[in-house]
Amino acid sequence: MVFAALAALTVVTVTVSYLHLPFRKAMAVALAIAGVKGSLVAGFFMHLISEKQVIFAILAFTGIFFLVLLMLPVISV
Amino acid sequence: MSALIRYIAKPHPVTGVTNAKLGTWCFLASEVMLFGGLFSAYILIRTSAPSWPHGWELLNVPLATLNTLVLITSSVTMVLSWASIAVGNLPQYRFYMGSTVLLGFVFLVVKTFEYGAKFLHHHFPSTDLFYAIYFTLTGLHGLHVLGGILVNLYFLFPGTGLWREDAEQFTGRVECAGLYWHFVDLVWIFLFPTIYLL
Repeated sequence: MVFAALAALTVVTVTVSYLHLPFRKAMAVALAIAGVKGSLVAGFFMHLISEKQVIFAILAFTGIFFLVLLMLPVISV
Repeated sequence: MSALIRYIAKPHPVTGVTNAKLGTWCFLASEVMLFGGLFSAYILIRTSAPSWPHGWELLNVPLATLNTLVLITSSVTMVLSWASIAVGNLPQYRFYMGSTVLLGFVFLVVKTFEYGAKFLHHHFPSTDLFYAIYFTLTGLHGLHVLGGILVNLYFLFPGTGLWREDAEQFTGRVECAGLYWHFVDLVWIFLFPTIYLL
């Protein structure tokens, strides 16, 4: 089931890329689909849907620092 | 005198998880920062470049799509290998772990063909910023796949010795190897659209 969803979303994201949408729209669609696929992998394969709180604490810190890293180009301009 | 790491098979009473799993997640957190730094560099370089080519103009999208499906399938076989060993079915575990290793190799072989075609057309990391980013990100990811294959190979053959001594600890190790393998899949899920499709 998860595999079917991941495979289908891969086909969708590739198909959308062949439409050659404007860059901002294409980026939004590509990242949204990648986000859903990533959530499926993390949630089901890495079983985060039923994980202990300490793992979420680590991931929360990771998320914050990851966002800071991604924002660095914006902040530094 | 040996330094014994406690709670590697049984969950720690405070955290509720084994120290092995906790350590693996801390390692994965550091990996997020490693790839995060490179993604950040990619955004900075791309947004400040006067012009930037579309990935699909220069790269082989069908091959990368195939590799995406290969990696997703390998994640499924990894889950099945862990589920098999969790119920004590060693032959089935070997089948699924072997399949995971094989699919990892398929990914690298496809990647080798992709790189080979690039080198044939004289496209190297030094060619321009696009290829520098492309080779750095996909190359580092490829090294992670190779690392995962080596770990999985160990758990496929010599590592199973532990299963006879301590099945619970071995199952935990396979779970941790799985977490790493799924993380490598997760990185590719973001690499593929951002490098190849945009």
